[in-house]
Amino acid sequence: MSRRQVLLIAIVLLAACALPFVVSSYRTFQLTMALVYSIALLGLNMLTGYNGQISLGHGAFYAIGAYAAAILMEHFGWPYWATIPVAAAVCLVAGFLFGLPALRLEGLYLALATFALAVSLPALLKYHHLEPWTGGVQGIVILKPDPPFGLPIDADQWLYYFTLAVAVLMFVLAWNLLRGRMGRAMVAIRDQHIAAEAMGIHTAMVKSMTFGISAMYTGVAGALGAIAIQFVAPDSFNIFVSIMFLVGIVIGGLASISGAVYGALFIQFVPNIADAISKAAPWAIFGIFLLGFVYLMPTGVAGAVRMAVARLTRKAHNQPKS
Amino acid sequence: MKLKYASIAALLAAALASPVAIAQKKYDPGANDKVIKIGNINPYSGPASAYGTIGKTIAAYWKMVNDHGGVNGRKIEFISYDDGYSPPKTVEMARRLVEQDQVLLIFQSLGTPPNSAIHKYMNVKKVPHLFVATGATKWNDAKGFPWTMGWQPNYQTEGRIYAEHILKNNPKAKIGVLYQNDDYGKDYLKGFKDGLADKVGLVVKEVSYEVTDPTVDSQIVQLQASGADTFFNITTPKFAAQAIRKAYDTGWKPIHYVNNVSAQIGSVLKPAGFEKSIGLISTQYLKDPDDEQFKDDSTMKEWRAFMAKYYPEGNLHDASNVYGYAVAQTMHQVLKQAGDNLTRANIMKQAASLKDFRPDVMLPGIRINTSATDFAPIESEQLIRFDGERWQRFGPIIGK
Repeated sequence: MSRRQVLLIAIVLLAACALPFVVSSYRTFQLTMALVYSIALLGLNMLTGYNGQISLGHGAFYAIGAYAAAILMEHFGWPYWATIPVAAAVCLVAGFLFGLPALRLEGLYLALATFALAVSLPALLKYHHLEPWTGGVQGIVILKPDPPFGLPIDADQWLYYFTLAVAVLMFVLAWNLLRGRMGRAMVAIRDQHIAAEAMGIHTAMVKSMTFGISAMYTGVAGALGAIAIQFVAPDSFNIFVSIMFLVGIVIGGLASISGAVYGALFIQFVPNIADAISKAAPWAIFGIFLLGFVYLMPTGVAGAVRMAVARLTRKAHNQPKS
Repeated sequence: MKLKYASIAALLAAALASPVAIAQKKYDPGANDKVIKIGNINPYSGPASAYGTIGKTIAAYWKMVNDHGGVNGRKIEFISYDDGYSPPKTVEMARRLVEQDQVLLIFQSLGTPPNSAIHKYMNVKKVPHLFVATGATKWNDAKGFPWTMGWQPNYQTEGRIYAEHILKNNPKAKIGVLYQNDDYGKDYLKGFKDGLADKVGLVVKEVSYEVTDPTVDSQIVQLQASGADTFFNITTPKFAAQAIRKAYDTGWKPIHYVNNVSAQIGSVLKPAGFEKSIGLISTQYLKDPDDEQFKDDSTMKEWRAFMAKYYPEGNLHDASNVYGYAVAQTMHQVLKQAGDNLTRANIMKQAASLKDFRPDVMLPGIRINTSATDFAPIESEQLIRFDGERWQRFGPIIGK
């Protein structure tokens, strides 16, 4: 990373830390949800953006993570923070196992298989033999965590900082992974899987690992989301969640780490803006926004930002020195 | 310093003594001399969007109230958001209403899962969560959740009404029950069994189904084989239609009670077949907009005039629009009673002090009564029987 990038990230982080003191607790809550979505989008982006596998079912992993956290807190009395690694592990395994057979499926067929997962999960959560654990359609209500060590902040602010810390950790890990061996292998498989195999990449292994890691990220997001919302129920995880994740990564920018943040802000705030513009047809307005973004920023927000920065710096360089 | 204390004491004494102080205007966030802000969350999009019309009827109702000068001189500002029947969105919208828009109360948020998601939040924040649009019994918990109140007859109440009718008319009945295996079905079943009390042995067979089941045919065959002559059918519309048809086609033909949830002519009886539905028994508590008996009823005429003027695009055959009107009138009554004391605590107090209140479009004889320990506004219903064309009301009002 260049010095300027480090500086930029530091500024963004500082701003992120200052935000809860500037905005209302309702906005803080919304920003917490945006952070949660950004982790989920990062996970999906690894799979779809970097590895070229389409998933229409990441809402299912989001749900599994959420339920893992809720069940551990409700039935076993675990503290909220301890549920995150478990949710991650459960989803890693679930994703890896789902990825193994799914490997035989390419492109749209994989999309359909993951779609099946997403549509069936809410029904499974209502299944009466699981009801003692999942609470059936009633779901599970979770208590909101209070800030520890007597910190002079409210519960919303604390949850925001907690989520921010997890998000930063997850982003650093992703950044490490994606610019290393694994990341290069993922991209190679996406671009030319035969060539990648010829280079000695274990395609099957890399693909299922990617699926597992991607699911793990989404699971972590699910657990954090459940803690922030304080409630899980099958109706919270319909197929629409998966579709919105896909919308988020395309709008944010495929194969881009920062794109996850832009995409998360989009799926968190644009539906509300659309609702404010028209009560009668909020989704039509949302559609217009979507079309606008796709046409104006064909490489996602991240791509547009990159281009703008490149143009600005070029201009700055070209300016004659006086 | 001494003087200061003395003056405060004097002021306090004056405040306590003078009757003017009692009538003083008192406000919580969301209310002032000019405006009362009411929040609402409805599924205008998503799987339950058919119910979105309730929110639109209510918005139209407040528009009419405002055109007539508002409530005690204050205009109603009705803020309604879409949650698409998704609980996380409901949480976000409830927080937006309470923290951002600073509403006095949230009224008529719809659906059991969405309301479950905000149940605790509303009670921790101590913001009235009034007349929620769901029939679960848990909204009537005055002790545990003193800031939440339901409105419609809850499923247990209705279950008890059928039990009462069976005990009175057919004390030797052999009852078969089909119920949906979730909180809704179990709520009904519990109310029904509570109503049978020591006669619970009359139930000879209970079978359940999952929402994911394709049909309930095998369940009906089981019930028929049990020798039951009375059938309590606790199902949602699709399954209700299947059950009605199968019970007729197998030649079982029991005395058939179907829950109010599926007492719909268009979506249940029509697909099941009108001739196969003759004799079905269910309940009602509001006037049916399609009922010929109310064609010249003055309150229904008023309702139609209201619809024509304030909600012309609304469907005049949709019972949800009658429901919205009735529940909005109840809220209106609470605000009227609250007078100039528009604190959240007083709103709850007034909501829990409704005495023999009757929204215009409610069936004759049904009244709304609440108290500090009774958070279930409507607790009686009218039995109805299907005559092959429409529901006919019969017998007295049953319930409290």
